[in-house]
Amino acid sequence: MINVHVYITLKEGVLDPQGQAVQRSLAALGYEEVDTVNVGKWLKLEIVDGPDVETRVEQMCEQLLANPVIENYTYTLEREEKV
Amino acid sequence: MKAAVIVFPGSNCDRDMYHALTDFTDAETVDLVPHTSETVEAYDAIFLPGGFSYGDYLRSGAIARFAPVMQSVIAEAEKGKPILGVCNGFQILLEADLLPGAMKRNKHLKYMCRTVDVNVENADTCFTRAYEQGERLRMPIAHGEGNYECDEATYEALKANNRIAFTYASDVNGSIGNIAGITNEAGNVLGMMPHPERAMEKLLGSEDGRRLFTSVYRHWRDAHAVTT
Repeated sequence: MINVHVYITLKEGVLDPQGQAVQRSLAALGYEEVDTVNVGKWLKLEIVDGPDVETRVEQMCEQLLANPVIENYTYTLEREEKV
Repeated sequence: MKAAVIVFPGSNCDRDMYHALTDFTDAETVDLVPHTSETVEAYDAIFLPGGFSYGDYLRSGAIARFAPVMQSVIAEAEKGKPILGVCNGFQILLEADLLPGAMKRNKHLKYMCRTVDVNVENADTCFTRAYEQGERLRMPIAHGEGNYECDEATYEALKANNRIAFTYASDVNGSIGNIAGITNEAGNVLGMMPHPERAMEKLLGSEDGRRLFTSVYRHWRDAHAVTT
């Protein structure tokens, strides 16, 4: 099995109302050094290993997991080492 | 006119839409069509109601876009049939790429449920012909993700081609240009966040939604008028 970690964030320049709310709350708690907060999503997929895992993950992101109009995605693959 | 109201798991304005079409237009058939249906080819106009399709998991409308019936909805849209998406229906049209742009959480992160002022920006579509250009309507909104976002080029194209059908009279959710509803380039697909189907009776606050449904009906009637 492969663990795939998909991170979805709003694109640069797209106003992030959730991030702004969190940033204001942090400032209210005294963490005034926090200039910007971005809120995104993390999805963990457990995938059966195969020849074109990366291509298929890419397609999953494009088709469903992210909305490419306003969101960026990155992912990492983590293969479990066989003992 | 044969009208289809598509019912997704989680649709909750489907009955209101059905009521609007059966009681305020002369449509001969109005069917509640399940999301599993293979085709909507037999219908003259298709309505995607508001609600929380598939629980809005992942993103509003993202999963509904892949419901079996949507392939046929997309095909009928391309043929030029009127397709109306209200609220979650609008979000589904965006996810299905029938309309450009995307929805974000409302600017103030609050779910909003109240009646707002809506301007008719384009009274020259098959959905708005019974309105006056520039007319101000009262319509309910009920959404948490109605903050319409698109890139600058798309916004300029929407303006240049008269594709902004409705705007809010004030900034209610942060949408670019106060956009409340847009059409596709051909003008036969309309997505809007305000709920015309909930503005059908004065008793319930407003009857300004009626003319949207009569517009679609008249459009169909005129296209099928017997010319002798």
